Amino acid sequence: MRYQLMTAALAATVALQFAGPAAATDLEVTHWWTSGGEAAAVAELAKAFDATGNHWVDGAIAGSGGTARPIMISRITGGDPMGATQFNHGRQAEELVQAGLMRDLTDLATKEKWTEIVQPKSLLDGCTLDGKIYCVPVNIHSWQWLWLSNAAFKKAGVPVPKNWNEYVAAAPALEKAGILPLAVGGQPWQASGAFDVLLAAVGGTDAFLKVYKDKDAEFAAGPEVAKVFKAADDARKMAKNTNVQDWNQATNLVITGKAGGQIMGDWAQGEFQVAGQVAGKDYTCLPGLGLNEMIATGGDAFYFPLLKDPEKSKAQEVLAHTLLDPKTQVAFNLKKGSLPVRGDVDLKAANDCMKKGLEILAKGNVMPWTDQLLSQDTQKQKEDLFSEFFAKQDMTVEDAQKRFATIVGSAD
Amino acid sequence: MSKSERPSQLFRNLNAKVASIPMIFTALVIFVGGTLWTVLYSFTNSKLLPRLHFVGLDQYYRLWATPRWLISIENLLIYGVLSLVFSLVIGFLLAALLDQKIRFEDTFRTIFLYPFALSFIVTGLVWQWLLNPEFGVQGVVRSLGWTSFSFNPLYDSSIVIYGILIAALWQGTGLIMCLMLAGLRGIDEDIWKAARVDGIPTWKTYLFIIIPMMRPVFITTLVIVASNIVRVYDLVVAQTSGGPGIASEVPAKYVYDYMFFAQNLGQGFAASTMMLLSVIIVIVPWAYLEFGGKKRV
Amino acid sequence: MSDQAVSSPAIAGAGGLEAYGPSGPKPRHTFSRRNIFLYGTLIVVALYYLLPLYVMVVTSLKGMPEIRLGNIFSPPMEITFEPWVKAWSSACTGLNCDGLSRGFWNSVRITIPSVILSIALASVNGYALANWRFKGADTFFIILIVGAFIPYQVMIYPIVIILREVGLYGSLSGLVIVHSIFGMPILTLLFRNYFTSMPEELFRAARVDGAGFWGIYFRIMLPMSLPIFVVAIILQVTGIWNDFLFGVVYTRPDTYPMTVQLNNIVNSVQGVKEYNVNMAATILTGLVPLIVYFLSGKLFVRGIAAGAVKG
Repeated sequence: MRYQLMTAALAATVALQFAGPAAATDLEVTHWWTSGGEAAAVAELAKAFDATGNHWVDGAIAGSGGTARPIMISRITGGDPMGATQFNHGRQAEELVQAGLMRDLTDLATKEKWTEIVQPKSLLDGCTLDGKIYCVPVNIHSWQWLWLSNAAFKKAGVPVPKNWNEYVAAAPALEKAGILPLAVGGQPWQASGAFDVLLAAVGGTDAFLKVYKDKDAEFAAGPEVAKVFKAADDARKMAKNTNVQDWNQATNLVITGKAGGQIMGDWAQGEFQVAGQVAGKDYTCLPGLGLNEMIATGGDAFYFPLLKDPEKSKAQEVLAHTLLDPKTQVAFNLKKGSLPVRGDVDLKAANDCMKKGLEILAKGNVMPWTDQLLSQDTQKQKEDLFSEFFAKQDMTVEDAQKRFATIVGSAD
Repeated sequence: MSKSERPSQLFRNLNAKVASIPMIFTALVIFVGGTLWTVLYSFTNSKLLPRLHFVGLDQYYRLWATPRWLISIENLLIYGVLSLVFSLVIGFLLAALLDQKIRFEDTFRTIFLYPFALSFIVTGLVWQWLLNPEFGVQGVVRSLGWTSFSFNPLYDSSIVIYGILIAALWQGTGLIMCLMLAGLRGIDEDIWKAARVDGIPTWKTYLFIIIPMMRPVFITTLVIVASNIVRVYDLVVAQTSGGPGIASEVPAKYVYDYMFFAQNLGQGFAASTMMLLSVIIVIVPWAYLEFGGKKRV
Repeated sequence: MSDQAVSSPAIAGAGGLEAYGPSGPKPRHTFSRRNIFLYGTLIVVALYYLLPLYVMVVTSLKGMPEIRLGNIFSPPMEITFEPWVKAWSSACTGLNCDGLSRGFWNSVRITIPSVILSIALASVNGYALANWRFKGADTFFIILIVGAFIPYQVMIYPIVIILREVGLYGSLSGLVIVHSIFGMPILTLLFRNYFTSMPEELFRAARVDGAGFWGIYFRIMLPMSLPIFVVAIILQVTGIWNDFLFGVVYTRPDTYPMTVQLNNIVNSVQGVKEYNVNMAATILTGLVPLIVYFLSGKLFVRGIAAGAVKG
């Protein structure tokens, strides 16, 4: 299905390229959505934008955000900006905005009443700097999910766990059945993200905020966070034999029942969907690891570099409008496995897991995530620490916590 | 021959100077200018964009307190020493074997040299595949019956750097062999005859007569290998991305990651300045000895 | 040391190319123990060098189910060319499902002008350094050579700024200039050494006849320096074709060279890693430099000897 969709989108773009109306403006959009589910989702955006008579020039950069962002940034600072670009909203583009390289969208936002449509409101905060709006949030992605393979637990002869603690207890049974208990891919951000999820779930929302928002190094070195490190130690033991790099390869281990589960953001859902799996039947999802049901308001957003060409600037506005369009929101987020940024859209087609997420959202159980709270520099140091921690079994928990506290102490 | 004998030198050499403008531009603006710029900004706290807000040696203090940088340096030392020794030894041995008036010399040489035509990205991907624990060498040996056989360098922190070394040697030794072969071919046949007349065994002739005579070749080779070692980047990215964890990180990758991923230019510049320093310590004396002063045959 | 470098017999100079041949001890009987050892070793080593290529080719001809079965060394049971077709024309990065084909043409468009420009600049430079030395030339040359060893990472950012200021960032011409700059040190060294080793009398005679800088270059030096041009072309074609870092930093997606697209395709995992497509893509990307090497064979080795071995 995915291929059909993409061929359709491609056919449309090709047709536009050769026979399109003269008014069609090419707008290059860069992003790092290259996995199966992601590509299917972005095809929806392209389709919607092309339908406005303009043309989406796809600038996908493979290898996850870590690889893509430097390329995007050097193009913007190098004076060769694209028409629009994905970032995780929050602090990734902060300095680009401060340097006046990004377009101020406040007028458009006021005209289209973004502050009223975008739910929860904190989403727009990530796009706002000094009272001006610089980006369009397109989805809410929360990291705090545990994805479990029902087949794997059946094979191991244990019930599917309802929370992290049960899961850890079930690990030996999984291992005995020749199943990798937990899949954590080799890319550094996965280990670091898994720890953040543990911090929010095992430590709780307050602990999370104390560490990452208040940057309280003393607290980070204290006993409460030590509990989280203990959980992380369990996690790394369970993930010891993961021999894959990419997150979606790790997800694939869960899909095929080779691994018991994976801590990953809700973008993993797109992969389950592409593989034709049904939530609740083939796999189980536990928001907040079943311990602390919260949704982090991280996500993806589109930023628009300041362009000289008036036609392209106009096309930027059209794209911004299209991205928030209810229809686009539904089509895109269903494919992506993420939650829409507006509360007024109809998500009948949403599956079990998305419904769980929507419920939590409706209850207002939201919290900010590291993308909003920490600079990229701090994030990178954290990634270095946790990828080492997960890969090196002989690194002691105490040592890791000490280094973590140092990073928190110097964080910005 | 010395050009200084010629009268009205300035005018006569005008063409040469005009022709050298691209070189002068590259040398001064790009190499010297770019380097100074980088060094200057390494003393600032530039984040995503370069800014002249000086913070003294802060970036350097942080650099040398960062475990990842220390691991990178350690890896570079292990990788550097081993790849230097092995490339020279393997390169020389292959060259010596090919120099025995053998048949099919061209075929063998082409086989040893072809990996050099492949990029590090390609090399890294191929060896990642060969060393893949499930399908690669380990998997095959296990499927033959030795189920306890373990050779999984790419997912084992303690030996991952050797996995990279294997790939690097596969790619690079061919060129070294070619250089050595050229050196061997330059040795006068009479020297071999004399050695044989004196009854010196072949290996002794190589070790005590031929190798010392090939000193210039060894030096050139050393410099080529050394410069590639400091710059090793693509191979690591393609083969392991620095993993598992940070076990196969190298300095060049630290620079790139902190400059662009972490959006901390100051830190990246400080790390690249350290790399530069090490290069200068090694290269500049050599360059002066080799090219400095007036000499021309 | 430098004098030794120049006068030592280790140099197979340009003039000495014809007298190029094995110099080791003469072989004895065809089936002596020595020969068995010699050829045995060479064949074993050759197999080691060929193994990765063999595995690449074999893997690229298998279907995914067969790959999952295991043995990477076994020949394909059923040969399929589908991975090759997919790698060339339909592997996806995001919405762009045109495989490596686009990258191939980009690489061609990057490589040809870069090779021509960098060699033209470096040969004239080398010629000026060898035969028309002016005051300060050595200093620039040393800076250039040291520059060859500076980690590229040190230069990335300043060059972004320079290219931005002249408005060439992201364009193909910008990348061509970058390649010419970074190719300059080693090429200039090669040409300088080659021209230095040419007989002095030629140059003098031409001077007496009244030929100038460009006259001597075009009428005497150029026609005599085919071998070194071949080496330079080979080095540049392979070097530029294989470049990844500059390609990724100084271009944009629609002008990505083939190596960058290879990396994109290999890293765009959709579901499972398609090793066969990855390997086919890898071979396709390495094909151009490989062909250049196989075709040029001996010329390259001789040229390397003429240029690089001499200090």
